[in-house]
Amino acid sequence: MKKILSMLLVMGLSVSMLAGCGAEGETDTAENNGTATVGTESGEATAASDIKVGIMYIGDENEGYTAAHMAGIDAMMENLGLSEAQVIEKTVVPEDESCYDAAVDLAEQGCNIIFGNSFGYETYMMQAAGEYPDVEFCHATGYQAASSGLANMHNYFTAVYESRYVSGVVAGLKLNEMIADGTITEAEAKMGYVGAFPYAEVISGFTSFYLGAKSVCPSVTMEVQYTNSWADMSGEAEIASKLIDDGCVLISQHADTTGAPSACEEKGVPCVGYNVDMTSVAPDCALTSASINWAPYYTYAVECVMKGEAIATDWCQGYAEGADKITDLNTAVVAEGTSEKVAEVEAALKDGSLHVFDTTTFTVNGSSLEDLIAQGGDYEKYGAYVSDGYFHESELASAPAFDLVIDGITSVTE
Amino acid sequence: MSKEMTVAKKEPFVRMIKRDSISRGKEWGIRLLAVLLSLIVAAVVIVAITKQNPLQVYLGIVDGAVGTNRRAWVTIRETVVLLCIAIGLTPAFKMKFWNIGAEGQILMGGTATAALMIYAGDTMPNWLLLIVIFIASAAAGMVWGLIPAIFKAKFNTNETLFTLMLNYVAMQLVTFCIVFWENPAGSNTVGIIGAAGQKGWFPQVFGNAYGLNVILVAVLTVGIYIYMKYSKHGYEIAVVGESQNTARYAGINVGKVIIRTMMLSGAICGFAGSLIVSGASHTISTSTAGGRGFTAIIVAWMSKFNPFAMILVSAFLVFMQQGSIQIASQFGLNENASDIITGILLFFLIGCEFFINYRLEFRKSRKA
Repeated sequence: MKKILSMLLVMGLSVSMLAGCGAEGETDTAENNGTATVGTESGEATAASDIKVGIMYIGDENEGYTAAHMAGIDAMMENLGLSEAQVIEKTVVPEDESCYDAAVDLAEQGCNIIFGNSFGYETYMMQAAGEYPDVEFCHATGYQAASSGLANMHNYFTAVYESRYVSGVVAGLKLNEMIADGTITEAEAKMGYVGAFPYAEVISGFTSFYLGAKSVCPSVTMEVQYTNSWADMSGEAEIASKLIDDGCVLISQHADTTGAPSACEEKGVPCVGYNVDMTSVAPDCALTSASINWAPYYTYAVECVMKGEAIATDWCQGYAEGADKITDLNTAVVAEGTSEKVAEVEAALKDGSLHVFDTTTFTVNGSSLEDLIAQGGDYEKYGAYVSDGYFHESELASAPAFDLVIDGITSVTE
Repeated sequence: MSKEMTVAKKEPFVRMIKRDSISRGKEWGIRLLAVLLSLIVAAVVIVAITKQNPLQVYLGIVDGAVGTNRRAWVTIRETVVLLCIAIGLTPAFKMKFWNIGAEGQILMGGTATAALMIYAGDTMPNWLLLIVIFIASAAAGMVWGLIPAIFKAKFNTNETLFTLMLNYVAMQLVTFCIVFWENPAGSNTVGIIGAAGQKGWFPQVFGNAYGLNVILVAVLTVGIYIYMKYSKHGYEIAVVGESQNTARYAGINVGKVIIRTMMLSGAICGFAGSLIVSGASHTISTSTAGGRGFTAIIVAWMSKFNPFAMILVSAFLVFMQQGSIQIASQFGLNENASDIITGILLFFLIGCEFFINYRLEFRKSRKA
């Protein structure tokens, strides 16, 4: 009898606990739904105080790429006068079903607009976008918003290839200095690049970095190896060391941790980082980092919701609009005259006189891109991008599209 | 406790005494006490980190687990998956066959499911596809359970190592399949499979996307309870678990029982894979099993293989896990916070088993 009684008591307790929570939950939902409908009646403006913003990050503040996004969100809040309570941040959201759960949870909490900062989120965000047509979903680095047919699904990215080009110029000048010093010969001017995944975003990035370096150091070559992860500290360090052993005299990266700069610092090899200033881990080796300023987009998108305007399906801005930059030059390491040259290149990018993917500056398998397009076959699809003597990167869609490995670059995919 | 004892001169301060028996009420009382203690310790840790009122933190946990209809259903969905795996492990563990290969069995079932969703999505109506998925995923898990069982029965290999190693083989197979299925190319992930037609997705039952998950696992739970408690097979499993020699003496074909039971165990875990892929995530990755194959072992043991106790235990663990996701985002902690809380809970819950099996006798203060 006693047994049964105590069992019943335990069960009763847990049931009442659950029931209590359930009831509370329902009122909560009602409230949330209330705000959601008020906030997103199509085309109507929303007061700044009614706005709720949700963000899903692939990493946290310790990871450069996410840290840059967080800085952008902070700037947006300042620009638009939003309070901490109006922004819900979810960190370390994996690129699997957890992303869908997180997105839906943010929508249920009454967010009017939800951002996701990682490439692999796209399909999950599209699924959530289909279920919550009144909430705006903005996905960084993706490319399927236009083809998804969902009015509330958007892609955004910046012309980060421009910052990479500028950082490439810095690298090229450093190589020139090393050649002039006699540390290396012209033929030994080989750079190494730690890539994350072998697809367009990364390929476009390392190509622009390489072209930037080549614009000042014509003999430069480059070897690319992949970690198959966006953030793998030890993997990136390992690949960087491997590249250095392969004869690379300067390292850059398209991966999110400080693994590569740390390895470079250990071996005394100059390096160019990504997203954040790397001088904290590589004070004697880091030259600069290609970086993105996300504040213009976050401000733009949230402002659109506030004004009741439509958000661009594909958004991409670059140097001219202040969405891209390189971090402060590490004056102790960069070659002499770098800041002047950088200023010159930046000005040319801003006024449109310089195009990163100028087709006269590179060849693919020995022929120019125009010739290859004219030949047809596999290259025909690039026809839409090439005109006026350059490849129009990120203009047709915000996500990078340049996925050719040009001459001078060796890409090692396993 | 009123029993008089003669106190020896050098009586130790405390003595552990194995209990002969313990009443059900006392047993659950100790567990409840452990839960309460763990909540207090977790609160202390949280307060130390966040400097928040612990009550607020626990409200955050409750809010995260069941705060909205949606969250409650996510908690239920995760609970039934964990329960299903624990149910699957029960026959094997009852037989004292240490199947720590549930991760691999789940992944194989999940992979079979994903393959069918991708390649057979358009060839048959959805109800038929789902039945094929259930059979195929169970078969895939069954094979993964059968391999170590055969080796155990025929060559007496160590099943703990064998099943553990097969987890990694299964993980590599998933990685290999992702090469062919990745979408978009180069992303190393499969993304959502069949988002357009929802082919191979569980249909809505009673207007809820996860209704079918609950029904299937409920049926399975009752089924295994009956199988273990009332069937001849169930009895054989218990005897083999207690003593293989006794089983042999009683004329039980031990090898046959081992193989049969592991096939069942693997099949249920494989089915759990389809529950995850078809019924919840609609994708496959190496994190599909997500450590639940191991957590389920704890669920099964703590419940003493009683399927109905497993409901409570798995619900409690998932409740805390989902809740800690919420407090992580609410108080700006990262995902490790939830691991810490779950760790504290498990420490107390497993630790309390000691006090269920032993009682402590303190030295009586000598009266003047």
